Amino acid sequence: MPEQLAFTIEVFLNGLMAGVLYALVALGFVLIYKASGIFNFAQGVMALFAAMTLYGIMNGQVPFAHLINAIFGTEIHYFGWELPALLAIVMTVGVMILLAWMVQRFIFRYLVGQEPIILFMATIGLAYFLEGVGDLMWGSDIKTLEVGLPQGINETIDEVTFGWFGYGLFIDNLDIIASIVAIALVAALVAFAQYTKQGRAMRAVADDHQAALSVGVSLNFIWILVWSLAGFVALVAGIMWGAKSGVQFSLSLIALKALPVLMLGGFTSIPGAIVGGLIIGVGEKLFEFWIGQPFLGGATENWFAYMLALLFLVFRPQGLFGERIIERV
Amino acid sequence: MNYKLGTWAVAGLMAASPVMADLVFPSLSYRTGPYAAGGIPFADGYADYFTLLNERDGGIGGVMTRVVECETGYNTEKGVECYESTKGEGALVYQPLSTGITYQLIPKATADDIPIHSMGYGRTSAANGDVFSHVFNYPANYWNGASAAVNHILDVNGGDISGKKIALVYHNSAYGKEPIRTLEKLSEKHGFELVLLAVDHPGQEQKSQWLQIRRERPDNVIMYGWGVMNQVAIQEAANIRFPMENFIGIWWSGAEIDVKPAGDKANGYKALSMSAVGDDFPLYDDLKQYVVDAGKAAGAGDQLGTVPYNRGLYAAMLAAEAVKVAQEMHGEADITSGMMRDGMENLVITEGIMAANGVPGFGPEFSVSCQNHGGDGLVAVTQWDAAAGEFVQIADFAPTDMEIIQPLIDEDSAAYKAENNIASNCN
Repeated sequence: MPEQLAFTIEVFLNGLMAGVLYALVALGFVLIYKASGIFNFAQGVMALFAAMTLYGIMNGQVPFAHLINAIFGTEIHYFGWELPALLAIVMTVGVMILLAWMVQRFIFRYLVGQEPIILFMATIGLAYFLEGVGDLMWGSDIKTLEVGLPQGINETIDEVTFGWFGYGLFIDNLDIIASIVAIALVAALVAFAQYTKQGRAMRAVADDHQAALSVGVSLNFIWILVWSLAGFVALVAGIMWGAKSGVQFSLSLIALKALPVLMLGGFTSIPGAIVGGLIIGVGEKLFEFWIGQPFLGGATENWFAYMLALLFLVFRPQGLFGERIIERV
Repeated sequence: MNYKLGTWAVAGLMAASPVMADLVFPSLSYRTGPYAAGGIPFADGYADYFTLLNERDGGIGGVMTRVVECETGYNTEKGVECYESTKGEGALVYQPLSTGITYQLIPKATADDIPIHSMGYGRTSAANGDVFSHVFNYPANYWNGASAAVNHILDVNGGDISGKKIALVYHNSAYGKEPIRTLEKLSEKHGFELVLLAVDHPGQEQKSQWLQIRRERPDNVIMYGWGVMNQVAIQEAANIRFPMENFIGIWWSGAEIDVKPAGDKANGYKALSMSAVGDDFPLYDDLKQYVVDAGKAAGAGDQLGTVPYNRGLYAAMLAAEAVKVAQEMHGEADITSGMMRDGMENLVITEGIMAANGVPGFGPEFSVSCQNHGGDGLVAVTQWDAAAGEFVQIADFAPTDMEIIQPLIDEDSAAYKAENNIASNCN
C-alpha cells in the first residue's frame, strides 16, 4: 500500500476522533438551545468551571482560599484530603446541578418570554461571571487533571497497522476513550429523551413551551434539568480537553470549535452535533494535510471549519439536521 | 452639608501635604484571561523586587519606588488604555509584556519621551537604537533565540548539522513568525532542512502538526509557542514519543506551567533562557525576610523561584540598575523618564553588579549603547527535570550568530526609519 494512503487513513481517523471532541462541546449548546431557545455563550466557560471544580474537589482545595486568606490573614489552602476521581466526578455533577438551579432561579426565571438576543446577552454575562468566580474559587494556575485516562499512542493499533502497511498508524488512547464516552453519552441522552417521563417533558417544552405548560409541565424544572444536563456534558468535555492541556482558562475557548459544528449540524439536533463534529473534524484535518500544509503554509483548520459552516449557512441555514425554518406571513 | 465639608477638608489636606517624590514603574500585568498563569508570576516578581528595594534599602538612591499595576488581560487595546492612564503618574519605563502592545506603544512612548523595555519580545529590530530611540530589548531578542537554539543543536551534534531536518512549530502570529527569516538564513549557512509548522491560536488542537512531525521525522523541533499551545505541544510530542531532549522552546515556552501537565513524559524538554532558574540566590533570603515574611509579597506570594517569577525579578533589577546609572549621570535622585532613557542607554551589567544585588550569574553580562539597544544577545539553555520538578541550566549564557542577525536588524530598522521618516538618534 502506498505510504501516502496510510498517511491519509491516519489523518482521517484522527479527524474523526477530533470531531468527537468537538461534538462533545457542541452537545451542551444543543441541549439548552433545543429546550429553551437560548444560545448559551457560557457553555465553554461551564466546561472550564466544571473541570476546575473537579480538580478542586479531588485535591481537597479550599474554595475561595485566596480571598479568605486575604481578608482574614489566614493561610489555608487545602482540606488535606484527596478523593477518588469517580467520587469527585459525582460531587462535581452535584455542583453543576446547583449551578443550573442558580442560573434558572436568579437569571432566566426573570427572562421568560424575552427576545432571544436578551437571553443570549444574559449568557454572555453569565460567562464573564463564571470566569471570575472560577478563578476566585480555585485560582488561575494551570491544573494537571489526573483522572486515570490513558494518553499516548495505542500500541496495538500501531503494531497491527505496521504489519499491514509498513507504517504504524497513530491513534491516541485518550481519543479512543473520548469516542467511547461520547457514544455512550449520546445513547444515554437519546434514551433519556425517549423513554423517561422527564425526557418526554423536555421534548414537549422543546416543541412548544405554552402547550407544555398547559398540560402541567413545569418550565422551571425542565430548564433546570437541561442546564444540569448541559453542565454534565460540559464536565465530560472539560475532562477530555483538560486531560490534554491541563485545566486552564483556554478551556473556555473550546466553544469556538463548537460553533462551526453547530452551524453545520443544526442547533436543535443531538445527532446533528455528532455528525457535524465528525464532518468538521475529518474535513479540517484532510484539508490541512492535502492543501493547507503543502500549498498554503498550514494552520488552515479553523479557517476551513468556518468556511464550511458558512457554505452550509448559504445553502442550508438550518444545518444538516436542524428544524426547517418556516416563516408564514 | 457634612459631606461637602468633609470633601473640602480632605481636598485641603491633600493640597497642604508635601509632594512625595517616588520612582514610578507601571506594571502592565495580566492576572486574568487565557495567559494569566504566565502573567501572574512575572507581575509578582516585578513588584516584589521593588518592594524589597523599598523595605531594605529605602528605595533607589534614597527615593522610594512605586509600582502602578494595570490589568491588560494580555489584550492590546487594554494595554494601550493602561499606558494612557498611567503615564501621567510619572512613569519611568514601561514593560508592555506583549508584542502587540509593544508595537502600539513604540510611537506613543517615543513621542512622550518614556522608554520601553521589551525584554525578549516585541519588535526585534528595535535593537537598533539609532532608529528606535526609546525602545530597548536587551539582553536578547527573538532572533538571538533562534540562533541560540541552532547553536545548541550544533553543540549536541559536534558542530555539524548539515543534512539534518529541523522543524519550527510556531504560534501563527507576528510573534511566532519572528524567527522564520533568521532560521532560513541559518539553514543556508549550516545546511539543515527547515520545516515550518504553524499552529492556530490558541493552540488547543495540534494533532495535524504532530502527525506531520511523526511522518517527517525531523531530528529536532524548535518551538515558538505561548499559553496553552505550549502545554498541548509538549503533550503531543510525548504522545508521538518524540525525544524530548531534541525538543527546544524559546523562553516563552519554557516555564514550569508548560511542562507539568505532561507529567514525567516531559522530562528532558529544553528551553532557552535569558535569566537564571531556581531560587538558590542570596537575594531570595532578603526577599523572604523583607517581603514574604513581612506579608508584603505581591499576589498570593506562592510564585517565588518559578521561571516567570525570576524573569520579573530580572526585569525589575535591570530597571533599578538603569535608574542608578541615570541618577549618577544627571546628579538627580528623583529622575524623569527622559533621564531613565539615558540610564538605559548607558547600562552595563557585569557579574559584579549581579553579585552585589544578590543574584550572581542571574543573567548574561552585557552593555547597551546608543546604537545597540539589544545588548550582546547571550542566551542560556535549560532542561526540565521532571523528577525534581525544576528546570536546570545546562548551558551557560553564550553568544549568538550576530553575523546573521545584525544585517537582519539593520535591514528591518532601516525600512522602519524610511517609512516613518525618523531622524538618527546617534549623531
